Amino acid sequence: MKQVKKYDSQPFELVKSSEIAEGIFDLELKNPQLAKITKPGQFVHIAVPGKVLRRPISVCDVNGDTIRIVFRIKGEGTRILSETRVGDKLDLIAPLGNGFEINNDKKYAFIGGGIGAPPMLYLAKSCAKAKESYAILGFANKSAVILENDFNDVVKKTIVTTDDGSYGVHGFVTTALAEIIDEVDEVCACGPTPMLKAVSEICSKNQKPCQVSLEERMGCGIGACLVCACKVKHGGEEEYLHVCKNGPVFKAEEVVWND
Amino acid sequence: MTDLSVNICGVKLNNPLIAASGTFGFGHEYSEFYPLSTLGGISCKGITLKPRLGNPPPRIAEGKGGILNSVGLQNPGVDHFIDNDLPWLSQQGTAVIANIAGNTVEEYCMMAEKLNDTTVDMVEMNISCPNVKHGGVAFGTSCDSVASITRAVRSHCRKPLIVKLSPNVSDIAEIAKAAQSEGADAVSLINTLTGMRIDIETSRPILKNNTGGMSGPAVFPVAVRMVWEVKKAVDIPVIGMGGISTWEDAAEMLIAGADALQIGTVLFNDPYAPIKICEGLSAFLQRKGLKSVSELTATIKPW
Repeated sequence: MKQVKKYDSQPFELVKSSEIAEGIFDLELKNPQLAKITKPGQFVHIAVPGKVLRRPISVCDVNGDTIRIVFRIKGEGTRILSETRVGDKLDLIAPLGNGFEINNDKKYAFIGGGIGAPPMLYLAKSCAKAKESYAILGFANKSAVILENDFNDVVKKTIVTTDDGSYGVHGFVTTALAEIIDEVDEVCACGPTPMLKAVSEICSKNQKPCQVSLEERMGCGIGACLVCACKVKHGGEEEYLHVCKNGPVFKAEEVVWND
Repeated sequence: MTDLSVNICGVKLNNPLIAASGTFGFGHEYSEFYPLSTLGGISCKGITLKPRLGNPPPRIAEGKGGILNSVGLQNPGVDHFIDNDLPWLSQQGTAVIANIAGNTVEEYCMMAEKLNDTTVDMVEMNISCPNVKHGGVAFGTSCDSVASITRAVRSHCRKPLIVKLSPNVSDIAEIAKAAQSEGADAVSLINTLTGMRIDIETSRPILKNNTGGMSGPAVFPVAVRMVWEVKKAVDIPVIGMGGISTWEDAAEMLIAGADALQIGTVLFNDPYAPIKICEGLSAFLQRKGLKSVSELTATIKPW
């Protein structure tokens, strides 16, 4: 038996739960062994009572023995998860995937679109030059805004954008990014595919490296079943890698964006 | 102590549980949880003569009690498997079953030849994949085509040959008999049932392939029925699979007629399921006063 496992399936105790925006839940889950080996950008695969498939959710933060996850109710599985009571245990396979690569000498722009914002928090916290870095968080409207104060505590400046202008800057994260991109060395982003594609184009034009965290429907979560395929190119060759094992973080220039 | 080991076509398995093809890759990922010798065997991800890219995503959808997949046989090809995955896998203390799929009968034969002189313990001929345009299930749905491909591959294959059957047929027992008559050493069943899910907001199928193969607890009763029908029709070993997720399911499938079992979808929910199933089976055998798990096989008393 291996002495140190890279990931394992273990019970986590729910120690805190709150609804931080409509349909968006913030959970803190305790497991001393697996929380401490979790890195920014990794995810957990949560068994949902009564469901055949687990639900993959990115890690928002790690504090000692606990991991924090923030997710939106999207269907029955996430609704069941949101109803977990404090003190109950959930079975998680954790930590999974490869996280972001952080360079201590670089200033970053951390970009989160909607429910893509949470994984940026632990990343920002782990960044040596956080106080010289930006967070750009995009939401549909004022009632969907989450984690603004959390990011405010960590980075130099948090810019919130809303699609309808009901809060912060009226527009998309890309508008805000274009204004500050000269002040950063690299961009990390998580959010809807069209947003990631647009962010990646701005980075490419400005010759800034960009890492993106992708999402795809998942099965095993560890790279065995091959369902969460993501098309990437190396040189001229295109191939399907897998979000769970090869990602979820990829270099933006390698991703072949879906239509 | 109860004996969980079984003998399939002269290959001894530590216990009757084999990881089902397509759910376990080539074993590396699950070896993080436990030694692979926890399993009786591993049926590797289906391999083809040349590497295959697989289908575009999404490749998975969920239904009540089951899942649909449409991976489309993404794999690095038989040569890569032999050179890179097999040497490690053969040292893990578990039986290694190469699952092969082809576009043509000739491709199956060429792969069987390539595997003859390797450390692979058995070959599982996949003529039941619902997710590829050519070959796949097309070979597995008529007695004539099953007979002719089994005859052809048998003449090239020196390893024990398992034929994996599709449930998407009108009479699976007749198909099993056709495989047996042309030299199959065992049959395994069931592969996935074809299915579909649609997003009602967009009217788009969830799977990019539109349809996929259904597996999981919901298909278990269908699998039990088919294993029972096949066991009555053939004399060769029957490897039962389809929705097994608990030790009770495992016992039921053995009683229906299975000589060994494959488990797949349950691993996505609980990677440790094989350990729990083996423990449960052992306790059950003890309670029933049985010494060996094989004593359970085909003990069904039909009305």
